[in-house]
Amino acid sequence: MAQSAEHVLDHLELFRGPEYQQMLVKKKIFENPRDPAEVERIKEWTKTAEYREKNFAREALAVNPAKACQPLGAVFASVGFEGTLPFVHGSQGCVAYYRSHLSRHFKEPSSCVSSSMTEDAAVFGGLNNMIDGLSNSYNMYKPKMIAVSTTCMAEVIGDDLNAFIKTSKEKGSVPADFDVPFAHTPAFVGSHVTGYDNALKGILEHFWDGKAGTAPKLERKQNGAINIIGGFDGYTVGNLREIKRILALMGIQHTILADNSEVFDTPTDGEFRMYDGGTTLEDAANAVHAKATISMQQWCTEKTLPFVAEHGQDVVSFNYPVGLSATDDFIVALSRISGKEIPEQLARERGRLVDAIADSSAHIHGKKFAIYGDPDLCYGLAAFLLELGAEPTHVLSTNGSKAWHEKMQVLLASSPFGQGCQAYPGRDLWHMRSLLFTEPVDFLIGNTYGKYLERDTGTPLIRIGFPVFDRHHHHRSPLWGYQGGLNVLVKILDKIFDEMDKKTNVLGKTDYSFDIIR
Amino acid sequence: MLVAKVLLKKSPSQQLTFEGHQMSLATTQSIAEIRARNKELIEEVLKVYPEKTAKRRAKHLNVHQAGKSDCGVKSNIKSIPGVMTIRGCAYAGSKGVVWGPIKDMVHISHGPVGCGQYSWGSRRNYYVGTTGIDSFVTLQFTSDFQEKDIVFGGDKKLVKILDEIQELFPLNNGITIQSECPIGLIGDDIEAVSRAKSKEYGGKTIVPVRCEGFRGVSQSLGHHIANDAVRDWIFDKLESDGKPTFEPTPYDVAIIGDYNIGGDAWSSRILLEEMGLRVIAQWSGDGSLAELEATPKAKLNILHCYRSMNYISRHMEEKFGIPWCEYNFFGPSKIAESLRKIAGYFDDKIKEGAERVIEKYQPLVNAVIAKYRPRLEGKTVMLYVGGLRPRHVIGAYEDLGMEVIGTGYEFGHNDDYQRTAQHYVKDSTLIYDDVNGYEFEHFVEKLQPDLVGSGIKEKYVFQKMGVPFRQMHSWDYSGPYHGYDGFAIFARDMDMAINSPVWKKTKAPWKEASRAKLLAAE
Repeated sequence: MAQSAEHVLDHLELFRGPEYQQMLVKKKIFENPRDPAEVERIKEWTKTAEYREKNFAREALAVNPAKACQPLGAVFASVGFEGTLPFVHGSQGCVAYYRSHLSRHFKEPSSCVSSSMTEDAAVFGGLNNMIDGLSNSYNMYKPKMIAVSTTCMAEVIGDDLNAFIKTSKEKGSVPADFDVPFAHTPAFVGSHVTGYDNALKGILEHFWDGKAGTAPKLERKQNGAINIIGGFDGYTVGNLREIKRILALMGIQHTILADNSEVFDTPTDGEFRMYDGGTTLEDAANAVHAKATISMQQWCTEKTLPFVAEHGQDVVSFNYPVGLSATDDFIVALSRISGKEIPEQLARERGRLVDAIADSSAHIHGKKFAIYGDPDLCYGLAAFLLELGAEPTHVLSTNGSKAWHEKMQVLLASSPFGQGCQAYPGRDLWHMRSLLFTEPVDFLIGNTYGKYLERDTGTPLIRIGFPVFDRHHHHRSPLWGYQGGLNVLVKILDKIFDEMDKKTNVLGKTDYSFDIIR
Repeated sequence: MLVAKVLLKKSPSQQLTFEGHQMSLATTQSIAEIRARNKELIEEVLKVYPEKTAKRRAKHLNVHQAGKSDCGVKSNIKSIPGVMTIRGCAYAGSKGVVWGPIKDMVHISHGPVGCGQYSWGSRRNYYVGTTGIDSFVTLQFTSDFQEKDIVFGGDKKLVKILDEIQELFPLNNGITIQSECPIGLIGDDIEAVSRAKSKEYGGKTIVPVRCEGFRGVSQSLGHHIANDAVRDWIFDKLESDGKPTFEPTPYDVAIIGDYNIGGDAWSSRILLEEMGLRVIAQWSGDGSLAELEATPKAKLNILHCYRSMNYISRHMEEKFGIPWCEYNFFGPSKIAESLRKIAGYFDDKIKEGAERVIEKYQPLVNAVIAKYRPRLEGKTVMLYVGGLRPRHVIGAYEDLGMEVIGTGYEFGHNDDYQRTAQHYVKDSTLIYDDVNGYEFEHFVEKLQPDLVGSGIKEKYVFQKMGVPFRQMHSWDYSGPYHGYDGFAIFARDMDMAINSPVWKKTKAPWKEASRAKLLAAE
């Protein structure tokens, strides 16, 4: 018996002992297992160009896609408003999934309700679920706003949110003047970034365009403020705080729309804050008067940004700006729009990032990377790698569109380090597996699920993306701003150095290169 | 007000531990007082609801009365819209729980991308196999429905998907189709597709499962549907003279309802084999199609998660004459009781084997209890888990001197509450069925247990409140918790949760103690 009270063995060690190993060998008899030689043959076959070709010929099956569905993004955006309870109309299991997913990434509570539609609602529609649900949520959780979105069930049966909310108000579920913005967020269109876009547009439309016909439309009186939209972002806590710091440094009057940086980073001090921080509803309404709106992620705001532009504002979008040039562009845009000067402190921060790159670039230069993730994140990271003299050989985005593909190819073509690099829209991580076997790279950048690729192909994984379930707290550090660029640089360098050490640490064999100074 | 009254009764030393968040309310109160307090608590939470909702929720909350045959709550009823139920759906019950762990089959999440994505690898169903080649548990196969699939139907796409799986994953031993919500709404005929493709592939096992998320009231119906799919698409297709690939023995048993979370089924199997039984199948953790197919040859089905797999156990009893027996491998008291119960179905050789196993592990049990019980004695626990653990883990806590003061099921039925009342909970335990965020927070805030055991959605809520927490679905990424080996881990984990130094640091030293503030606000 290996187990003992003094040194308790858990799953990491317990099953490695002879008792369990023998037991598992005996179990095989009942499994009718495949011939190990055949398993080995197929395993090797999956690494070939022939397999890659068949894999890329897939038309219907998705295997390990790197995207989630719309309502997740809607919930993420909704909690960025003060006192706002996301309410997802449809089946309840979906909400359990969004909450779990967000909690596993942020290690934080995630509050959201469902209208719990079942078979009868599938037949008769979910109006009663909406009426009862809004009333219960309002009474129990005392929100300042309830932001409604939909699961695919409600979308397939065609429930009309606008009409349902109106009826619910007539029935007294919530006061007539209580804010209930909504967005249809069908899971079979787009991805979580689409849901973010739809929800945010729904909320702005609600406040700016007359609250679904119950109030006069706001008349825009331009002021000097700038609105910032972060987009769906696993690093929202660190990133939005960094953006706010930069805006404060520059003295720019601003509103962060969907600011969920507080609610996903509350303290443990004896109190559970179901709501915390967030864009105030007043600020959300007044955001119409801003001079301009900046989206940090173009493909998270494909509908929202044109909507804002229609209201007369200047709009600018970025693609998850990481590193020197992208941050330069962002800072210069802030200065141009606001008319404010760029403070010396930012120049110094920039200089420190240049300094760090200069110190370390020899280790990154010429290294090949594969990247996957949301379209903007992929673009931002690829641009930074090019800037570091690295080659973003495979850039894959399951939820990347044709337009994303074109823009990526332009970026890659713009740099000598992008030659021979390819962008792959609509592909999944099983495609990436083939790419890594047939055209190996030095490092892989992606979310937690990249660990399966790391295991299978031996490509070291640098965890940047969403979700990251198996490493803690990284969402609290920014990737944006010069400081964020430094953080990304350090993440990459740490992995490069760890790999160098791993490859040179065999005593008496390879450890002549096990250098003490790198 | 009530909490304040209770506090006044405490001795100064208890007050002290109270400030260190180590209190145990139950110690100084009579059963009658606890009952009154719990009833008052229920009244308090019901006040927040609109009248209609209060009436409905009242039926799900109760204070257990010793001697009653059940816990006095309604269960397995639709959740109320907008209350923040913790429950999931039928798809979660089928793909996530029952089918997903079968390792040599490909499970397609059929519909939009989300369901498969959110349930990808998160349940920790351990298995041994070459993932992507002959095992597929931690892969996310989905038909990733687009608008055109909704409009024109998804059957043609499904046909193509099955072909693509056959080509790219040729060593799969079977395929299941796990329906997401839209499938049942758009009128797809996945059964017809399954039949046709099975025929085309020479009788390949292809199982359509109608576990659309809107069916039923929770995960529970998904379990039932998944069980029925095994019956209809695996058992009913077995050749009547089909011989198992192994020579039967009188000691063949199947483990039913163990999902091998963190290796639970392994730390259970080892005990059964040590007592002389032979495990011919695991349902479904680290399980395979061959094991499912061989199960009708078992002499006894032993059932851990009654809630999710009683259906197929009953079916095998009726159709194949296989008896089944429930058991509980949490904590040494229940393990010993269960080993003897299982042995009771066999001859003296096995009965002696059970005694031998109990004796063998007694020194480990003694050492674990000697080490951890003094650190956990008298600590109170509130549970809220799925369909088995709200009762099954109580014995393990009691073996460590701890007391469960509140429990409830996410998707239990009345037969679960009967078992709970008759074999597990103490008089005056607070019972909450399909509890929601509001109620659970309120109960915990007022009862101040030393530990809450529930799920990921609850974890951070209670930790923010300064209450130690363990996830009791996933074992908080630890485990196994089953069996004697698992009990040592369970004890270690509960100790590290409750006695972590961090809980004494939740309040800044320059601010008054959080509990005192809570009392002042009463």
